[in-house]
Amino acid sequence: MPTLVHKSAPSPTPVPSPAGTSATQPGQPTPQNEPGGIRPRKPILAATGAPALRPAAARHLSDEQVAQLGVELDTLRDAIIATRGAKDAAYIRRVIRAQRTLEIAGRATLMLSKKKTALVAGTAMLSVAKILENMEIGHNVLHGQWDWMRDPDIHSTTWEWDFVTPAAAWKHTHNDLHHTWTNVLGKDKDVGYTTLRMAEDQPWKPHNILNPVINAVLAPFFEWGIAIYDLELEAVKDGEKSKADLKRDLKSVGRKVVRQATKDYIATPAAASVFGSGKQALIGTFTANAIRNVWAHSVIFCGHFPDGADVFTEAEIEGETRGDWYIRQMLGSANISGSKTMHLMTGNLSHQIEHHCFPDLPSNRYAEVAVHMRDICDRYGLPYTTGPIHRQVGQAWAKVFRLALPPKKSRTSPTTPESAPTTGRSPLPMVASGL
Amino acid sequence: MPQIRALRRVASLLTTPLAPEDFIRLVNPLASTRQLRGIVTKVTRETADSTTIAFRPGKGWNAHAAGQWARIGVEINGVRQWRSYSLSAAAGHDPAITVTAIGFVSTALARDTKVGDVLFLDTPQGDFVLPVHPRPLLMLTAGSGLTPVMSMIRTLVPRRQDADVVLIHSARSPEEALFHDELLELADQFPGLTVRHWYTRAGGAKAGTDAFNREPRRLNLTDTTDLESMCPDWRDRAAYACGPAEFLDAASELWERDGDDAGHANLTIERFAAVLLPGTGGEGGIVTFEKSDKEVEVDGDVPLLDAGEDCGVVMPSGCRMGICRSCLIPLVAGKVRDLRTGEVHGEEGELIQTCVNAAAGPVHLDI
Ligand SMILES: Cc1cc2nc3c(=O)[nH]c(=O)nc-3n(C[C@H](O)[C@H](O)[C@H](O)COP(=O)(O)OP(=O)(O)OC[C@H]3O[C@@H](n4cnc5c(N)ncnc54)[C@H](O)[C@@H]3O)c2cc1C
Ligand code: FES
Repeated sequence: MPTLVHKSAPSPTPVPSPAGTSATQPGQPTPQNEPGGIRPRKPILAATGAPALRPAAARHLSDEQVAQLGVELDTLRDAIIATRGAKDAAYIRRVIRAQRTLEIAGRATLMLSKKKTALVAGTAMLSVAKILENMEIGHNVLHGQWDWMRDPDIHSTTWEWDFVTPAAAWKHTHNDLHHTWTNVLGKDKDVGYTTLRMAEDQPWKPHNILNPVINAVLAPFFEWGIAIYDLELEAVKDGEKSKADLKRDLKSVGRKVVRQATKDYIATPAAASVFGSGKQALIGTFTANAIRNVWAHSVIFCGHFPDGADVFTEAEIEGETRGDWYIRQMLGSANISGSKTMHLMTGNLSHQIEHHCFPDLPSNRYAEVAVHMRDICDRYGLPYTTGPIHRQVGQAWAKVFRLALPPKKSRTSPTTPESAPTTGRSPLPMVASGL
Repeated sequence: MPQIRALRRVASLLTTPLAPEDFIRLVNPLASTRQLRGIVTKVTRETADSTTIAFRPGKGWNAHAAGQWARIGVEINGVRQWRSYSLSAAAGHDPAITVTAIGFVSTALARDTKVGDVLFLDTPQGDFVLPVHPRPLLMLTAGSGLTPVMSMIRTLVPRRQDADVVLIHSARSPEEALFHDELLELADQFPGLTVRHWYTRAGGAKAGTDAFNREPRRLNLTDTTDLESMCPDWRDRAAYACGPAEFLDAASELWERDGDDAGHANLTIERFAAVLLPGTGGEGGIVTFEKSDKEVEVDGDVPLLDAGEDCGVVMPSGCRMGICRSCLIPLVAGKVRDLRTGEVHGEEGELIQTCVNAAAGPVHLDI
């Protein structure tokens, strides 16, 4: 049972700074990194109360307990922010250095890849470089995890990544939409990326029978899937996004596609052809992209689709407090257990639960957050979903196959009874209607 | 060099979305398209609190005129901090700054900088420079305010036979006086330079030192007595002053009061710190940095520049005191309060000096 202190519910904004500290020392961060007079804004959520319906896995908690959990997680976040510093900055610079060195080495090896060993080595190096670039670096920089350094070379507003979808488009659909509406059916279009049926509560349509086929094709071409997804064609059809905006996005995606394709499929092979290995370089680069795509697809599907990661209805978020918002992030996400290398290669999305609660904390600190997060889940009786990668990928794929078929009458998943809320469902027109 | 530019364009086909410089930086720490950098080549302790840092700037730096300053960025505990520093080296030489430890950034720079460190830079700027035509000069400085004037003296005195410079420098003691020995040597060697040291602490001002004053006290600028005693022809000289705010305020007043007669030469001053009206803060508000997608709640006496930096926005800045206008950001909506005057203003699209304006209610900025 949770250890609980009965307190009046906390206000969503932290305690106002004492009047005395408001004569700020310009630019001089206190050890807490929050000089007097400047307070970070928290998302606008209900200060007290409860959502219309609390998710099943958290229904045993009282409003006070949920408020207390919110305070505990806010405190955990503040503790990490207070200790962010030179060591973290050195970490991200080290990863970026290693990634760029590996990328050069990989591309250089592919230039001389007439020999099979060179082809294999070059492809392997370039694959790892591309994975690091997208996951531990790109994804996390674009989340603003390193903005606190105020280094324009490592900043969410200036970063562009080695992925066909432009950073700006992805930041909108991922940061603004997916992270706000995590796993809320009808709101979070990451649930199945508009094409797949990934939740029991999505109504079955005949084309869902192709679920496994679509997913198998999506995996090696994941970056293209995301680029199309980021255009938000559904929103255009529904009139939520203007034709002018679509045209602008198509233009920027077009430019990015040309640059990416020129680099990987024209410039690199052309340079290699000087050494007689143009064809090998083309094959190697294509393979590296495919490997990165399959890996990214797998890791991302592990984030919200294994057994134990719940989906929510709009009734479950109406009137959400800060504590409830945290609980939704915790219940809707699944971790991957493994070694340090595994965490690095997944961009620390293996700490999906921690990432979803604190999307802008530096990724190298999630392992430390995880220790406290598990403890909090234990004390409040909340599930903490995690498992080795093969199991998590297996479960996500099992879901892809299972949900290809129409639901049986009154079916509940045997392993996770809490994953299907029984009341308050809303019709979900947008989620599964396909591209 | 068109060949190099063409080569760079070809290379960027292979490096997109990064620039070739992002890879070159693996071996050359100064390579960058986004941020001018310099590498520290020499660190000299000047006094107990002051350090001169010489650096070799990367491509994109412009040679400085004597008396100009540059924005210097340094990373302290992982966070990029920017302040302005006058360039103390002679024009035509590799740049150097002389930093006196008085606060957060200056202390880190003065104490922790090592040869080989990378500094972030902006190009030199400022109008506190030597007159175009040679004429007799009076330099009036106190404390670290000597720095830009030192660059002028180093530039002018050894190179111009016709130089005629009187320097009046106020410091606590000879040990704390910047460039003390070098100035005395220059004055010995070149008849064009006269140096008058004024010490404010006991031990500094006494017989046997080079002190002009025999008893320790502050230089009195409320009347002309002290000035006359050190430089009788001060009215005929183009004057330059740099030092603490009260020192500069007193000097300006003196020149204004005494400036009735026509032949009186001008006073040019350089300030290191903003003149804010105390107690101008109001209720503050929520500040939204639109393009950066960040929001903070700030009190009414916090400059918008500090608010943005605090939540990780890369804010442009320069002097941080309302003179250089490097910090201008268009206002999208809301009202701001000028911390120098207390005036509340703000039209949509108005360019706001973020270093001296604070939120007066909710504010949206276009960055
Ligand atoms: C054009 C220009 C040129 C400059 N040139 C130089 C230079 O050549 N050498 C140099 O050392 N600095 C110079 N400065 C000042 C420098 O930019 C910084 O403001 C200074 O180093 C203090 O920054 P900090 O981060 O250490 O202090 P902060 O931590 O920001 O705080 C300093 C605090 O101390 C107060 N303060 C300011 N000046 C003094 C003072 N003299 N004594 C006591 N308290 C003070 C301030 O109001 C502020 O509240 C220059 C400034 C400008 C605008
Ligand atoms: S920074 Fe110079 S005017 Fe604001």
